[in-house]
Amino acid sequence: MNEDLPLTAEDVAEIAAIIEASPYRELDLSTRRFRLRLARADGGEAGLTQEWQWAGAAPDAAVSAEAEHSADPDAVAAPLPGTFYHAPQPGALPFVTVGDDVGPETVVGIVETMKLMNPVHAGRAGTVAEVLVPNATMVAKGQPLIRLA
Amino acid sequence: MIRRLFIANRGEIALRVIRTARAMGITTVLGVSSADAASLPALMADETVLLGPGPSSQSYLAIPAVVAAMVAAKCDAVHPGYGFLSENAAFAKAVSDAGIRFVGPDITTLEGMGDKLAARALALEAGLPVLPGGAAATREAVHARAAETGYPLLLKAVAGGGGKGMRRVDRAEDLDTALDMAQAEAQAAFGNSAVYVERFVAKGRHVEVQLLGDGTHSIHLGTRDCSIQRRFQKLVEEAPAPAMPEEARAGIENAAVRLAQHIGYRGAGTAEFLVDATDFSFYFLELNARIQVEHPVTEAITGVDLVEQQLLIAAGKPLALTQTMVRPVGHAIEVRINAEDPDADFRPAPGRIARAAWPAGPGIRVDTHIAAGGEVPPFYDSLLGKLIVHGASREEAVIRLQAALARIRIEGVPTTAGLHARIASDPRFAAGGVDTGFLTGLAS
Repeated sequence: MNEDLPLTAEDVAEIAAIIEASPYRELDLSTRRFRLRLARADGGEAGLTQEWQWAGAAPDAAVSAEAEHSADPDAVAAPLPGTFYHAPQPGALPFVTVGDDVGPETVVGIVETMKLMNPVHAGRAGTVAEVLVPNATMVAKGQPLIRLA
Repeated sequence: MIRRLFIANRGEIALRVIRTARAMGITTVLGVSSADAASLPALMADETVLLGPGPSSQSYLAIPAVVAAMVAAKCDAVHPGYGFLSENAAFAKAVSDAGIRFVGPDITTLEGMGDKLAARALALEAGLPVLPGGAAATREAVHARAAETGYPLLLKAVAGGGGKGMRRVDRAEDLDTALDMAQAEAQAAFGNSAVYVERFVAKGRHVEVQLLGDGTHSIHLGTRDCSIQRRFQKLVEEAPAPAMPEEARAGIENAAVRLAQHIGYRGAGTAEFLVDATDFSFYFLELNARIQVEHPVTEAITGVDLVEQQLLIAAGKPLALTQTMVRPVGHAIEVRINAEDPDADFRPAPGRIARAAWPAGPGIRVDTHIAAGGEVPPFYDSLLGKLIVHGASREEAVIRLQAALARIRIEGVPTTAGLHARIASDPRFAAGGVDTGFLTGLAS
């Protein structure tokens, strides 16, 4: 897949300098492997921008599940995508179980995203009616995690 | 001679290694998780091998899977990048047992530098200044050390890194609580709850020295200043360290070389120092035995390809560079563009990139694995790319940085680009030499 030479940062800088010194607004270059658009910046700032597109660079469907969930007013939704955990650490008791009363600030689980642990708050007072997602499951942003009654 | 190089990493550093390896005529084999199977590095590598599912514990950190993949791919060397397994002595040993070269220092160096207290002891042996403090195995010992260092002080994890297990303590009555928290965090992050005590320097700057060694000779490639941090993690890095007397800079550089020489360092490494911003006294913190995220600022001012040097040293070549051949020119600044929201306490923000327009032009380098349509998976760190500017002087570099940041358009996820624009236009940053408290004091 490396038949054609990739452009280095130095190549891009050189091409940018040529365009800046020319009357042209942009260069749009397409090969089988990539498309590079070098253009004068939006909004009148001096200088150029580079935008790349790569043939075959498609996201993995398994992790790109967009949140397409109907807004369930009784559900606590994932504040961001990541791995949902019921307990603060493996082997520990879960934050909440069915029947527990919660307040808006009660932590009902954590979502691990980009190596950081983010608490999930209940958001309103209520009683835990159902835990919708198994422990250590990948969840999308907005996915219902826990149903409150 | 390295012919087939396995890359045990992902993201921009994987691309960075592929670029130099290809220029050297080396075939690249990239180990990927299923979340990265269609990533830009996977597209650019000559070959890819699936390591496992998305979570890094089952892919990039799974030593048996990574070693099995490089053996099956008949690689003769492995570049570990930064993070993940890059400073893991058990990994380096497994690689070496499989008859494959590890692009990094000797196993004894990794062991010595992985333990922050052992590193402190080696630095003392080499005659480097360290902060008052030291080991404290029990609660009583921690209190005894605290009485020596005074307050404020820092509790740090012996196995530490990345700011985890680190706590600042301002008053004696807070020590016990902070100790419990630091130990719990250290246990969770590193599987080792041991902490040690160090005096806290109120106005500290984080200055580091790039080192290259071939086991016999060591040289430095000048300083980098990385004082602008959030959660003890770097956001802005520049080379050389600005607003510092020449003799102070030379003192730090020479100390770093003394340490590298003392331990017979092999490979590229970075000695980190804490510099008192008021009087430029300096203290050794740790030695990072790998390529750093911020290595491009050193490359910009020295013209040396650090990854190429790593590969040459790993192939057994003696250093061809001498200290007098390293002549830094101008000033370089790097900013990290992360997928996180600076207005929401830097909350990480994975997602799909709708548009990625990066600046381009003379004196601008962009190291990124992100393009339009790309996915930022939730499993890994939030770095989208690095913008590096180089100018004949620091003033020119700052102006170039401001102009470049004004042109960045990344859509789909919140990024730190706007924060960097505020930093770059702050008069204290323009003056140079800010301390690690700068970001907290930056008006939003």
